[in-house]
Amino acid sequence: MKPIRRQRLILILLSLAGLGIAVAFALQAFNQNLMYFFSTSDVIAGKAPANADFRLGGMVVKGSLERPGADLLVRFKLSDLSKEVTVEYTGILPDLFREGQGIVAKGRLDGRGVFVAQEVLAKHDENYMPPEVASTLKKPVQP
Amino acid sequence: MNNPDFWAMGGYAFYVWTSYGITFAVLLWNLISPVLQRKNLLRRLTVKQKRETS
Amino acid sequence: MAFFPASWTRFFHQTASPPYFYALASKLSPWLGGICLALLAAGLYGGLYLAPPDYQQGDSYRIIYVHVPAAWMSLFVYVLMAVMGGIALIWRMKLAEVMLISSAPIGAGFTFIALVTGSLWGKPMWGAWWVWDARLTSELILLFLYLGVISLYGAIEDKRNAARAVSILALVGVVNIPIIHYSVEWWNTLHQGPTVTKLDKPSIHISMLTPLLLMALAFKFYYALAVLQNAKLELLRRESGAQWVKNLLGAKT
Repeated sequence: MKPIRRQRLILILLSLAGLGIAVAFALQAFNQNLMYFFSTSDVIAGKAPANADFRLGGMVVKGSLERPGADLLVRFKLSDLSKEVTVEYTGILPDLFREGQGIVAKGRLDGRGVFVAQEVLAKHDENYMPPEVASTLKKPVQP
Repeated sequence: MNNPDFWAMGGYAFYVWTSYGITFAVLLWNLISPVLQRKNLLRRLTVKQKRETS
Repeated sequence: MAFFPASWTRFFHQTASPPYFYALASKLSPWLGGICLALLAAGLYGGLYLAPPDYQQGDSYRIIYVHVPAAWMSLFVYVLMAVMGGIALIWRMKLAEVMLISSAPIGAGFTFIALVTGSLWGKPMWGAWWVWDARLTSELILLFLYLGVISLYGAIEDKRNAARAVSILALVGVVNIPIIHYSVEWWNTLHQGPTVTKLDKPSIHISMLTPLLLMALAFKFYYALAVLQNAKLELLRRESGAQWVKNLLGAKT
């Protein structure tokens, strides 16, 4: 490699490394803003904003889903496997919504500490399998 | 494939077939467009060359 | 310092000469097209017909067979572009410049497909066409990077200067690639984590994975075919006054 070319190569690699470090610092600084949602533990710990809209993500706790009235109001608990938050939502749920499913809800906390959602999105997992396989996988776990 | 269930996609026909339609439209366009432009350019260059040599 | 053996360098220079490359591209194209079509046919048949529906998402998950290969290719093509940009800047190699700019519209196409099919998948499954989470936002930035490369190249009259400017932009933009890939692990996102590339057990059933890999391979061959068509066009445009183009025109008439 001719010296001039090696110089250019080194210059490019150094610039890229510098740029990478700068971007890493910037992302670190904006880390909180890049989070799409707060976890239920964040809410219990008081990290989520009060009196403002935010997104809450978690797993719908099995057996917690209830429809208290005749209207579209649903109430369920969200969990991140350590803390639970109760969510109320009025409206049509996405196709993937079910107990044990991860979801992201947008709304705010009311005075009771209940999260009142205006929007519910389902977060699907990265597993893909045929229904028959899924049912054989589930069986041994069930009591 | 004459099975209507196949085309219904379990009720997701709109989403599935629109996805495939858009995908292949974009892919085809990106393939055909440079070929057509090259044919066009070759034609123009040939005309120009003939004019210069005659 | 001899970096490569002399025979390699000779092969490299020969392949990179415009007339040789133009002829090679013409010869390779039918083969690439044939292999691509065969893989596409197998992948589509496997993905749309043979593969079973998903246990949670039913048939809607079949969008994966165009969405994921397009998204993979959008990253792959950008990395190739950055490598070409590096070669163009260091060795001042014309063919690297041509391959860089020829890749941009195809990469932009893949990115566009990934975004649109993702949206069409997100609406029925998540319940939203679009969300501003880290994965979707960084992929949208990738589309803007591709469009930036295309318009910057078009805006500068002198094509050697244009290629240098575009090489630098391609290299700078490459920092976005790891961000896109790791966004689902670094931050909370609505988009799910990786399925195929995660290291522990693969979390997609083999009957669904096979067509996905076939489609991914088909998209690779499609890229090779499409980039050669763009490169032939760009070479003709740049070298329209050169002797080999005159010979080419003469041979046709």
